Amino acid sequence: MHGLLEGYNNNGFFCELMDCTKHDPAVALIARRLSAMDPAELCRRASIAEAELFNQGITFTVYSDKDAIDRILPFDLIPRVITASEWDGLERGVRQRVAALNAFIWDIYHNQKILADGVVPKHLVLGNANFRPEMVGLDVPHGTYVHVCGVDIIRDETGAFLVLEDNARTPSGVSYVLENRNMMRRIFPDLMDGIAVRPVGSYGLMLQQALMEIAPTSVSDPQVVLLSPGIYNSAYFEHIFLAREMGVPLVEGNDLVVEDGRVWMRTTAGLAPVHSIYRRLNDDFLDPDVFRPESTLGVRGLIDCWRRGTVAIANAVGTGVADDKAIYAYMPRIIRYYFGEDAILSNVETHICGEPEGLAYTLANLEKLVVKPVGESGGYGLIIGPHATRAEIEAFRAQLIADPENYISQPMIKLSVSPTLSGKTLAPRHVDLRPFAITGKKCWVLPGGLTRVALREGSLVVNSSQGGGSKDTWVLE
Amino acid sequence: MIEPLSRSTLLLSRYAEALFWLARYMERVENLARILDVTDTFVRHGADQSGWRSVIQINADEERFLKRYSEANAETVAEFYLVDRENPTSIASSLFAARENARTLRPLISTEMWAQINVFYNRVRGLTAADAAPSRVSGLCAYLKEQCQAHAGITDGTFFRDQGWAFYNIGKYIERGDQTSRLVDIKYHTLLPTTDDVGGAVDISQWHALLRTASGYHAFRRVYPSGMTPAYVAGFLLLNHSFPRSVVLCVRQIEVYLTQLSSGYSLRGAYDAQERLDELRAALLDQTIEDILSRGLHEFLDWVQRQFIEVHNAVAAAFWRKAPEQSQSQIS
Repeated sequence: MHGLLEGYNNNGFFCELMDCTKHDPAVALIARRLSAMDPAELCRRASIAEAELFNQGITFTVYSDKDAIDRILPFDLIPRVITASEWDGLERGVRQRVAALNAFIWDIYHNQKILADGVVPKHLVLGNANFRPEMVGLDVPHGTYVHVCGVDIIRDETGAFLVLEDNARTPSGVSYVLENRNMMRRIFPDLMDGIAVRPVGSYGLMLQQALMEIAPTSVSDPQVVLLSPGIYNSAYFEHIFLAREMGVPLVEGNDLVVEDGRVWMRTTAGLAPVHSIYRRLNDDFLDPDVFRPESTLGVRGLIDCWRRGTVAIANAVGTGVADDKAIYAYMPRIIRYYFGEDAILSNVETHICGEPEGLAYTLANLEKLVVKPVGESGGYGLIIGPHATRAEIEAFRAQLIADPENYISQPMIKLSVSPTLSGKTLAPRHVDLRPFAITGKKCWVLPGGLTRVALREGSLVVNSSQGGGSKDTWVLE
Repeated sequence: MIEPLSRSTLLLSRYAEALFWLARYMERVENLARILDVTDTFVRHGADQSGWRSVIQINADEERFLKRYSEANAETVAEFYLVDRENPTSIASSLFAARENARTLRPLISTEMWAQINVFYNRVRGLTAADAAPSRVSGLCAYLKEQCQAHAGITDGTFFRDQGWAFYNIGKYIERGDQTSRLVDIKYHTLLPTTDDVGGAVDISQWHALLRTASGYHAFRRVYPSGMTPAYVAGFLLLNHSFPRSVVLCVRQIEVYLTQLSSGYSLRGAYDAQERLDELRAALLDQTIEDILSRGLHEFLDWVQRQFIEVHNAVAAAFWRKAPEQSQSQIS
């Protein structure tokens, strides 16, 4: 290929763009257009995008004594492209995963059949700090606990999509998906010209609809609110964004009050009823009567109202037990247990050290593996075999043998790459993907999701705290 | 004309308060920029340094100022009011507060409103004492005024006209009325050094300055083409029904928006504030400027300012300063 992508070399990693040009003419067209771009023009657009994100406050804020400094999540204007057939598998895989999470959570808070059948060890669930005894026996509308789910997915060198982590509590990042698309329409309309990219704009509508579906059925026109910890939360922009997209009030704990077994919000006209709450604060902070007594972010009596069924809460309390690393390792078996089918999306190869074969394999390959502690019940740090010294490995070996049930091991993960603006050229940078699924009565998956990119050369860390940025994610028709 | 109370017209108390304060802070920034600008111009053109001192008096900041600076002059006052974040009444501090209120309101206000305040704040945040140097004060104040006016224009053009609009405007006109009354209070006496001079011949340029501070010079000329007496100027700034910064016009605007809350949105909480305001309006309408001057301008303006505080407190008590344990009426 001539132009900017001429010397592009993905060094044996799977490339989201270049490795798909052969199968999909639209991907090939995008690659040709990118390659033909003038690098100075790309840089100009990148700086416009950065200024716009800052000016519009698509930011997280760092507070000091008297000041509030906004920082943007770096944005790379080269999109990550997903073909229709790739997305088909991803979407089905995410749906299956969400369905399994909901089935599993229902089970562990009701009959605990999966524990009785020995598929998942009891102690991993019942001994988990995120297992909420308050939830036992409680029925939630449509059996949905995980109303918003973010599944972190990576792609290995063969191009296979693998699940790295489930986020079933309060996953964040979806606002960037929509804002990145808005940005691309403004600064890069010529790249999208004539290419059918699936829209993402209906997310707010779908979320609002799911929140209406779980509201008490006795209410004909339920009041939905978004409960935020407030402006000091690093995801406050996203809370604003979602409240606006849904057209519902963004409330803080102090705006809500419980009276007569119902939740109300303080308005200028007095107390107005609230029926469905999309909460963006953790279980611990929701209700000082039930969880942390010192929390001022939540609402006293909220959980009691929820148990009475006068108000809905999304995500449900107690979902954290299902997205734990310990349970993650069992997800393929959980899917098979409830649905009698194989996982559509595989896990990253994971060895459960609590099982003899997993432990034997891990001990034999310590220098090649990453060993992670699981659950919140214990564990003494993780070890990255390839980066550890002989002595460290031996010390860890003893620790592992003493308490194998608290560990899982995985090979070093390989992340795919995507062409990314670096200086004045396009260079391969590692990316992951977080699709978002909304579930009320039914499950809906937002086409694409958040693509995070490690902007530093060679880095595999896509987190924003360590030099990560994001890209627009294009799912082709 | 206004829809009956329904889901879409509900307004969180916290938002009402933030709207009220957003408007107050933006209005405060604009007024302060006006005062600094005109003071700069007139002190430069020969008036003594007392012009700078009166800025401090208007804001009742004497104590705070003297803790940080020994003398009120062009450098110190401009720095204190333009860029000093240690001073809670500075433009930089007010703008910070305006923006934090706007941040709270982002779910409610337009993206344009937020982006403009955000860009404005970030520019002001980067200013240093050097940017407030005498040679730059005028240009900086012009920029500040323009940005406040841009805010007003964007708000007018994009803000949804629900009850939030009323709270925004009540805050705006309370601040503006209060500022104008302070301006007249301080300037009138500064410009009339002895009681013998009240109503006598004085340096006319200072009265021009006072009018210009309130953008009232040309309007005043239209109303009083033939003469300019201190009483006319004070009367114009306090009692003219058409001048957008006069105290009486601000009071009437507050009245309009309180009525909208009580009648349009059936918010009985507005009654108390309306009663307070009625008193203030009556006092302004029932007296001529001559009456006011003869009974004591300062005493009158002091009372006016206290009434504004009472109106503010009545609005706050009715709409957002409720004790959590105090049970409120429930809307079914």
